[in-house]
Amino acid sequence: MAEPAIELIGIDKSFGVVRANRSIDLRVERGTIHGIVGENGAGKSTLMSIIYGFYQADSGEIRVGGKKVEIADPNAAITHGIGMVHQHFMLVHNLTVVENVMLGAERSPLLGSGIAKVRAELKRLETDHGLEVDPDAIIEDLSVGRQQRVEILKALYRGADILILDEPTGVLTPSEADHLFAVLKQLRDEGKTIILITHKLREIMAITDTVSVMRQGEMVATRPTAETSVGELAELMVGRRVLLTVEKGQAAPGGPTLSVTNLTVKDSRGVTMVDDVSFTVRAGEIVGIAGVAGNGQSELLEALSGIRSATRGELVLCGREIDPVAENDPAEIRRIGCAHVPEDRHHMGLVLPFEENENAILGYHDDPRFNKGWLLDRDAMRRDARSKIEAYDIRPDNCRLKTVNFSGGNQQKIVLAREMERDPDLLLIGQPTRGVDVGAIEFIHKRIVAMRDAGKAVLLVSVELDEIRALSDRILVMFAGKIVGERGPGASEGELGLLMAGVDGTEAAA
Amino acid sequence: MSRPYAKLPGWIDYGLIPLINLVVAFLVAGLVVLVVGESPIQAAVLMIRGAFGYAEGVGFTLYYATNFMFTGLAVAVAFHGGLFNIGGEGQAYVGGLGVAAVALSLGAILPWWLNLPLAIVLSFAFGALWALIPAYLQARRGSHIVITTIMFNFIAAALMVYLLVGVLKPVGSMAPETRTFDIGGQLPKLKGLFHLLGFNLGGAPLNVSIFVALVAAVLVWLLIWHTRLGYEIRTLGFSPRAARYAGMSETRVIIVTMMISGGLAGLMALNVVMGDQYRLGIDFPQGAGFVGIAVALMGRGHPAGIIPAAILFGMLYQGGAELSFDMPAISRDMIVIIQGLVILFAGALENMFRPAIGAAYQRVRFRASEPTGAPVKEAR
Repeated sequence: MAEPAIELIGIDKSFGVVRANRSIDLRVERGTIHGIVGENGAGKSTLMSIIYGFYQADSGEIRVGGKKVEIADPNAAITHGIGMVHQHFMLVHNLTVVENVMLGAERSPLLGSGIAKVRAELKRLETDHGLEVDPDAIIEDLSVGRQQRVEILKALYRGADILILDEPTGVLTPSEADHLFAVLKQLRDEGKTIILITHKLREIMAITDTVSVMRQGEMVATRPTAETSVGELAELMVGRRVLLTVEKGQAAPGGPTLSVTNLTVKDSRGVTMVDDVSFTVRAGEIVGIAGVAGNGQSELLEALSGIRSATRGELVLCGREIDPVAENDPAEIRRIGCAHVPEDRHHMGLVLPFEENENAILGYHDDPRFNKGWLLDRDAMRRDARSKIEAYDIRPDNCRLKTVNFSGGNQQKIVLAREMERDPDLLLIGQPTRGVDVGAIEFIHKRIVAMRDAGKAVLLVSVELDEIRALSDRILVMFAGKIVGERGPGASEGELGLLMAGVDGTEAAA
Repeated sequence: MSRPYAKLPGWIDYGLIPLINLVVAFLVAGLVVLVVGESPIQAAVLMIRGAFGYAEGVGFTLYYATNFMFTGLAVAVAFHGGLFNIGGEGQAYVGGLGVAAVALSLGAILPWWLNLPLAIVLSFAFGALWALIPAYLQARRGSHIVITTIMFNFIAAALMVYLLVGVLKPVGSMAPETRTFDIGGQLPKLKGLFHLLGFNLGGAPLNVSIFVALVAAVLVWLLIWHTRLGYEIRTLGFSPRAARYAGMSETRVIIVTMMISGGLAGLMALNVVMGDQYRLGIDFPQGAGFVGIAVALMGRGHPAGIIPAAILFGMLYQGGAELSFDMPAISRDMIVIIQGLVILFAGALENMFRPAIGAAYQRVRFRASEPTGAPVKEAR
């Protein structure tokens, strides 16, 4: 057999008491696309950071092209032909493509010769790989898909033979993701080796040649993709069988719980983010809002929950008229009966340095149940937190632990428990399963459906199209701040994908 | 991907690490002493003996510590709300006006124990009002609190000079200060109390204000960790977005937090103006407002840490004064250097040794747990 492009032997890495990687062996063949899947906290990112030189392994060795190498820092990784495209792009927004590609490889204090070289090289990469991009465009003017392409170009410019991509499709529309996959396949056919980290099993099936599964810091299996299935991979990731589909019956919607009319919201820079949007959410139904991140969904949720003022529009919540233009008090909206699970769990839904029981009352801290005169009733807070921990199976079951020490899925359960246990009439829920492991996703989806079946209205915002399609009774698609279409739960992914990209579905179908 | 280093037990976090920082600060200070040709060991002995070696020294140490408790608590409260109050100096200075107002007007009428609560209220109110304007500018206009509170220190200094040179100075006096307070405007020293215990405080200015400071420390602890307002302050401090989400008014929390902070700084005037000098004089805070920043940092914003940190800095002040007296080669400026080193290592560089100590701790623990062969599971 040919030498593998990269081989890891017995990699161990601990952070204090946490053993993020345990004697990992991995063999990635040259000219293949190798997927690595695993739940959050399984150790995928740590392993890739070791390959890319952000961390040093405690023990074990790395071989590139059959030779043992020491990768002390990212520069060493680049020298060995390893390039990385991060989940969050490392681009300077106000510089041009050329300047970004050159960054860190300027070669001389005067930029002239460097720029000329980058230009020539970009031209060559464009013709060789079909990676065309305007070299003089400013990064912030480019679409997210194009920005990602610049990241790939950066790695290739530095001579990468092995390309690591960390959750590359999280920010892309389905069609942009397809483009990316086409590019990756082409790069593979030209002999590059690609390591793809993702939690989306369908992507693994669609594009990889080989797939490795990590669980709790260990490499539990490596399979040729053709010989495995989504079900098997999910089971390997979680360590038990999981339900991949949501079981739910027919919706029985009642009267409208939330009516939104002509709502327009601008962000702090004055850019219109939500543009003249009208819709209703009825009791006993889940309305899903699909769309690529950044098309106004966040601002919509914030306007509905009173966090952000709108510039125009009308809101009726539980039969009460609320002026969305006025500066609203989110606590008041909450009292009317609207619970909100925010998209940004880490900065909005939770205060990470707080104890779990302190977060369990965030937004409800005025409730007399948690107060004794001037003082907070710490005993009542802990009792309440313990009962929620039990009901939502939050682990570890310690309400005195700092929230930052819980895993993503358990953090999300803390928020859900807080918002759902209030028995609200309307639940606004943003990205309910972002950064949440497969086992917890199942639980969260069941809870959302249970809310609906109890006759509550649910407005679900998610960039995961699968999630929207699995949960929603009606699907609204947002693009550039407008609702560009409404579909039933049976809408195909392709149809929704076109709408999400701003192409009118009916015209495209015609 | 997980935290870069795992959580350490409390005794390391709050005990060992500050201690090591302090030892390193003194080692470096020792080098400085060595450079000027004196014996560091002898200097340390003189300093510690000056601060704790005899009752009068202890009295001075605790007197200074009282100042630093007030200003340290002031900085800590603001810090919990994510606000860096650099204006303790000015707030304490203006707080002196509140003390003087009570002592000058009622000093001849009411006994000290009736004037004390009034002076507490007024000095707190004056300090709070001095913090109100920067707080409002931050909350409503987004002017950075660090800049505005620094500027307000200068404004306070100018205002006080104007008042003390013109309005408050007794006719015919050459000194820029108020008249001496009547007996009801003078807080009792603790000399008598300590005498009962068999100690002679001598001329030490330690007075009943230290009890006010200790009560304030308990109240701050209650406020931050056991009240709704404290919950809101901490939420805002950690995450303004979470505060907005929870329906807390950022404007209100910023203003209230800063007023409490300024009020606590204002209380410092009790100790100096009413407890020692018996008159309001030029620049009486003497930098205590700034030392409060170091005290709050070193005490990790917790009253249980602020009190010992304040005593440490009291020791540096008192012991340092004695040291410069006994060792002529070590000037007053040298003492400032030593204090600066403590601030540098205990405050600014507090995390310098943490990774190494954390790693050493893990190694010891792993060695202890390895033979059982049980893999340590992640706390999640």
